Amino acid sequence: MPETRVSVRKTYKLYIGGSFPRSESGRTYLVDGDNVALASRKDLRDAVVAARKAQPGWAGATAYNRGQVLYRVAEMLEARRAEFGTLGVDAAELDAVIDRWIWYAGWSDKIGQVYGAANPVAGPYFNLSAPEPTGVVGVVAPASFLGLTSVLAPAMVTGNTVVVLAGAPQVAVTLAEVLATSDVPGGVVNLLTGRAAETAPWLAAHDDVNALDLTGVSDPQLAAELERAAAGNLKRVLRPPADGNDFRRDPGLQPMTALLEIKTVWHPKGF
Amino acid sequence: MTATLHQAGDLRSVLHGLPGVDKVGVEARAAALGTRSVKTTAKAAAIDLAIRMVDLTTLEGSDTPGKVRALSAKALRPDPADPSCPPVAAICVYPAMVPVAAEVLAGSGVHLASVATAFPSGQAPLAVKLADTRDAVAGGADEIDMVISRGAFLAGRYDHVFDEIVAVKQACGDAHLKVILETGELGTYDNVRRASWLAMLAGADFIKTSTGKVPVAATLPVTLVMLEAVRDFRARTGRQVGVKPAGGIRTTKDAIKYLVLINETVGDDWLSPDWFRFGASSLLNDLLMQRTKLTTGHYAGPDYFTLD
Repeated sequence: MPETRVSVRKTYKLYIGGSFPRSESGRTYLVDGDNVALASRKDLRDAVVAARKAQPGWAGATAYNRGQVLYRVAEMLEARRAEFGTLGVDAAELDAVIDRWIWYAGWSDKIGQVYGAANPVAGPYFNLSAPEPTGVVGVVAPASFLGLTSVLAPAMVTGNTVVVLAGAPQVAVTLAEVLATSDVPGGVVNLLTGRAAETAPWLAAHDDVNALDLTGVSDPQLAAELERAAAGNLKRVLRPPADGNDFRRDPGLQPMTALLEIKTVWHPKGF
Repeated sequence: MTATLHQAGDLRSVLHGLPGVDKVGVEARAAALGTRSVKTTAKAAAIDLAIRMVDLTTLEGSDTPGKVRALSAKALRPDPADPSCPPVAAICVYPAMVPVAAEVLAGSGVHLASVATAFPSGQAPLAVKLADTRDAVAGGADEIDMVISRGAFLAGRYDHVFDEIVAVKQACGDAHLKVILETGELGTYDNVRRASWLAMLAGADFIKTSTGKVPVAATLPVTLVMLEAVRDFRARTGRQVGVKPAGGIRTTKDAIKYLVLINETVGDDWLSPDWFRFGASSLLNDLLMQRTKLTTGHYAGPDYFTLD
């Protein structure tokens, strides 16, 4: 055995449909000395196709099953603490991230009871309102790991599938590696690294995307342009928070309810 | 040539005298041509040409008159939001649905194709196949898609298959005859080449890859072999025969690969709906979505196109 090994250099790739392809454009860029894939609009197109394909299966999974999968994400994160440490995520933030995955995992089979209702009506009917996923959600994610978790987990737990334009690429791709080994079905989360300003307009204008979360957009002019493009097919738009992004706060239910649609059913009581 | 060949009884020696197909070569050639990049204005032209080449197909046991009527309306005006979108080449249905489609398509220039001859297996007596064909033509079909008896072909009874095609061609009258080789069941490229020649010698106006009812349908290499066959056949006899890949072509990208294949193998003469067709159903929506993307500048979604 030679005493020195050849080092294994890592290229951080995209995460689309459950696999880790390079950008179809072949482009990469350097982030802190690491090679990272630079996503193109065609990667974005492929990601939306993958998300759409995965959507009915994920929305149709039982809430209990979705909760288990999110809990599994937390388990796998726990096992990778050291790796996230080397990427600059401090222990306190990682604790908060893992706790947040578990918090959202718990909501999977409870949000329906809290946000749905049995409505009193004047007639012999059961009148039930139940929340349903919006569909494919495009997310421009903030750079911090807790921020990424705080926009990704609520979209997933409610049965949506997600296309994420990542802020900090190494942490985001490492999270994708966690998701890929956590029983998250391929296509439920699709993650693109690169310049959000290049790909986000295509995401915002895409007719097969149902909601757009702009939490990670810091430039107000870009946010306004994206919101305008999103109006084309009446996407739900979540604006960047006006009071800054302190993700350590209790997120409340709003991140989940913003990505749910209410379906109300009238059913005759028969007496 | 056709008559003399058959009378001489040397059909077998002609078919087995065809040069063998280089399997690795044909697959490599098809794969290499599939990497061509077609963009912007060329892509827009390719999409419109592909739309004009579509045989919009529904061949399900669950077909209803309502579904066939809706599909026929879609054939005339594939994208209701855009009058510049051309109509498709034809509608392809079962014989029982021909009169329904004929009503909608009458006088429109969109052809009406019907599968016949005990589609998809072809396992029926000749009399039944001929009656099937006559009924479809009487109902208003101007194109007949027949299946060959693969069992007879694989057993080496070439005369039997030849005579069947000749008889069906006669029953067609003025209607165009497309002969389905069902390449997925023929096993080898050599057989595909032989079946192509057999069908052309017997009088086929078109040779078609597949029924779409077996796991392996149209592929690029198979279509390449068939395109070479129609090219060589025209060089030998002066008669031009069309080609129709069917089944498994679902995306614009796939369709454009076929167009490249035509251009590089047989040239401009076949780049027309008169000589090349796509047997497809879901392909049309993908073509329309790509077309919409080029005109609007943003990606389209399936929610904005019909469910067929």
